[in-house]
Amino acid sequence: MTEKVKNAKPKQGLTRRKLLKGSAAAASVAAGSGVITGFPTVWAQNIKDITLNHTGMSYSTLIDIARQATKDLGFTVEMSVTDHPGLTNRMVNDPESIDVADSEIWQTKIYVPLGVTQAVDTEKITLWDKMTPLYTEGVFAGQEVSRQGDSPYEIMYRDAIDGVSFHDGPTRWATFMPGVYNADTLGIRPDLVGKDITSWADLFDPAFDGKSAIQNIPTIGIMDAIMAMEASGLATYGDKGNPTRDEIDKTIAKLIELKRDDHWRALWNTFDESVNLMASGEVVIQSMWSPAVTAVRAQGISCVYQPLKEGYRGWGNGLALMSHLDGLKLEAAYEYLNWYVSGWMGGFIAKQGYYISVPETAKDFLSENEAGFFYDGKPATDVITSPTGDKINNAGDVRDGGSYEERFKKVSVWNNLMDEAEFLFAKWNEFTAA
Amino acid sequence: MKSNSSLVSYLQVAPLALVLLLFVIVPIALVVVVSVFRYQILVGSVPDFTFRNYIDILSNPTNWRLYLSTLKFTVIVLAITGVLGFWISYFLVFHVRSLLIAIGLFLVCTVPFWTSNIIRMISWRPVLGREGLINTALLKVGVVNEPLDWLLFSDFSVVVAYVHLFTLFMIVPIFNSMARIDKSLLEAAVDAGASRWGVIWNVVLPLSKTGLALGAVFVITLVMGDFFVVTVMSGGLSGSVTSGIFNDLQYLNYPRAAANAVILMIIVLTIAAAIFRLVDVRKELAR
Repeated sequence: MTEKVKNAKPKQGLTRRKLLKGSAAAASVAAGSGVITGFPTVWAQNIKDITLNHTGMSYSTLIDIARQATKDLGFTVEMSVTDHPGLTNRMVNDPESIDVADSEIWQTKIYVPLGVTQAVDTEKITLWDKMTPLYTEGVFAGQEVSRQGDSPYEIMYRDAIDGVSFHDGPTRWATFMPGVYNADTLGIRPDLVGKDITSWADLFDPAFDGKSAIQNIPTIGIMDAIMAMEASGLATYGDKGNPTRDEIDKTIAKLIELKRDDHWRALWNTFDESVNLMASGEVVIQSMWSPAVTAVRAQGISCVYQPLKEGYRGWGNGLALMSHLDGLKLEAAYEYLNWYVSGWMGGFIAKQGYYISVPETAKDFLSENEAGFFYDGKPATDVITSPTGDKINNAGDVRDGGSYEERFKKVSVWNNLMDEAEFLFAKWNEFTAA
Repeated sequence: MKSNSSLVSYLQVAPLALVLLLFVIVPIALVVVVSVFRYQILVGSVPDFTFRNYIDILSNPTNWRLYLSTLKFTVIVLAITGVLGFWISYFLVFHVRSLLIAIGLFLVCTVPFWTSNIIRMISWRPVLGREGLINTALLKVGVVNEPLDWLLFSDFSVVVAYVHLFTLFMIVPIFNSMARIDKSLLEAAVDAGASRWGVIWNVVLPLSKTGLALGAVFVITLVMGDFFVVTVMSGGLSGSVTSGIFNDLQYLNYPRAAANAVILMIIVLTIAAAIFRLVDVRKELAR
C-alpha cells in the first residue's frame, strides 16, 4: 500500500513542476517529460535515509540541482562548493567526506593514480550510448577532436574498476560519468571596449592597459595566455595544452612584462570575482567563464562571450564515484548519475551556457525557443532568461558563438594538467609575486 | 615532604602543559618532520630525509621577493597601527574623564569585529574602486579628472585593509599598560616643569613600552601569516610568503609548504624574541 503511494508521488511532482515552468511551452515539455518519469528505480524502504554529498566547483555545483534531485529521487542530495585545489585536496585527504566528485578532465590525472575513486560501470548508466562522442569516442561532427591538451577521450577509460591508470580505448570502466562541458573564450564589455575584438591577441592589447584580467588558476590561465601569445605571433607551440619548459618560460616572461606595464587590473580565482570586475567596469576584457557572462547580463549590463578566430579553449567535467561507496549508497549514487543526464539538469545548465553530455534529453526540458537558442544557434523567438529568471537575451539575438556544433568544431585546445605542471606552478608563483 | 610538594606543583602545571604539548608542540613537530619529506608529483609526499625543500626555497629569488614584500607590508602596517593605536589609547585613558565612557568607547572600537572579517575587507572594494565612493566624490568635486587607479588592487588598498583590521590589536595592549600608569606621575612631571609633549615623551611612552611591544608582536604575526587580505585587496597581483605556502598546498606539495612554514616561523620567532629583548615584558607585567 505504502509502495503505491510512494510510486505516485514522484510522477505527480514532475508534471506539476512542468506546468509551473514560466516561459517554457507547457505542451512540448509535458510531452517530453513522460519519458523521464520512474525515478528512483531502486525501491528500498531505507533509500530515503541516504544523503549523497556532491562536491565540486562553483560553476557546476549549484544548490538548485540538489533541490531538484532530492525532489525527484526521494533521498537527499547535498552540494558542497570548493575551488579547484580544494577539490583535489579533499578527495585525497578526506575522501569519506565526498560521495560524488564533480571534477574537471585534467584533475582526473591527479586523483586517479592515487586510487581515491572507483570507475563508473558504463553498463549501469542507462543512457551511456547517447553520450556525446566528444567524450566517449574522441570525435565530433565527423572529425577527430583536437588532441592538444587533455581531450576527454584520452582519460575516459580505465582498465578495471579500481585501475589507477588510463586505458587507451573504450572499456567498460569509465573514469567518471561525463557531465557538463563548454568551450571558453574571452568575455568583453562591448560598450566600453571601443573596437571590434576578433582575436585572442586582443587580451594583450596595450589599449586595454589597466583594464584587463586573467584567471589566477595556473593550469587554465596559462592556456589563455598561450592562445594570446600564439595569436599575437610572439611564439609558436608544439602542443598548446602541453607546453615545454622553454615555452612556459617565454609565456610567463610576457605575462610579467605586461604586469610591469600595469596591463592587468586584477587576477581572479572564482567566477564571482570575474563578475564583479566586469559588471563594475573595472575590466573590459578578461578570461571568463560562461556563467559569469550570464550573471553580468542578468544585471542588465551588456557583456559578450566573444568568439575569436583562433578558436576556443575546451573543458569538461564529469561525476566521479569515490572508492568508499558501496551497498545502498552506491546504488543511490548510480541513481543520481542516471538522473543527472536524464534531462532536467541539462535544461537547467543550458541557461548558463553549458552543455550536457546527453544533449537529447536536455532538449526535452527546454522550450523550443531555448533549445533553438542554446543548442541550435537559431535566433531567439522570445526573451531568454537565466536559470534564476533574469532576462539575458532579447528576441532576435543569436547566441554568442552560434550553435553547439559550430562551437565544438572550433575547439583549439583542451584544459590540461601538463607534464611540466610543477615547473608551471613555480613559474606562475613568480608571475604573481612580480 | 620536599618531594611531595614538588609532585603537587608538577600536577598543577600538568593540564596546561598537556594542552600545549598536544596542540602546539606536536603539530609543529609534525610540520618539521614533513618538511624533510620528498615530494613526487601525482604521488604525494614520500617519507624520506632530504634538505632539498629548504635549498629550493632559499635559493629561489621569488621567495626572497615574497619575504621582502611581506616584510615591507609588516613594517608599514606596524608604523601606522602603532601611531594610531598609541594616540587612540592615549585619548581613551587620559582625556576621557569618566571610566564608563572610556569603556563604552572602547567597546565601540570593537564593534566592527562583530561582522565577518572577510566582509569587512571586501567592503573596501566599492569604496576604493574606479566607480567607487571615493573616486565618484573626487570627480564630482573636481579634484581629479580621471578616477584614481591606485586606490584599489594596489599596495595602498592592502595597507588600508590591514590597518582597518589590525589597529584594534594595537589599541588593546597599549590601553592596558596605559591604564596602569599612576596618574600622580603625570602630575609630578607637570609640577617638575615638563610641557605636555615632554610628559608624553618622558613618562607615558616609556611606561607603555610593554603594551607597544605586545601590540607589535600581534600585528607582526598577523601580517606575516596572512595571505587572504593581500590576495583579495591586491586583486591577486601581490603575493606574500603565506600565499606562496598556499600555492604549494594547492598542488599537494606538503613537504615544500612545510619547509616554507618552518622558515617563516623561525623568522617571526626571531623578530618576537628581539622585541622581547628590548622590552622585558615579564618584569613590567609583574608590576
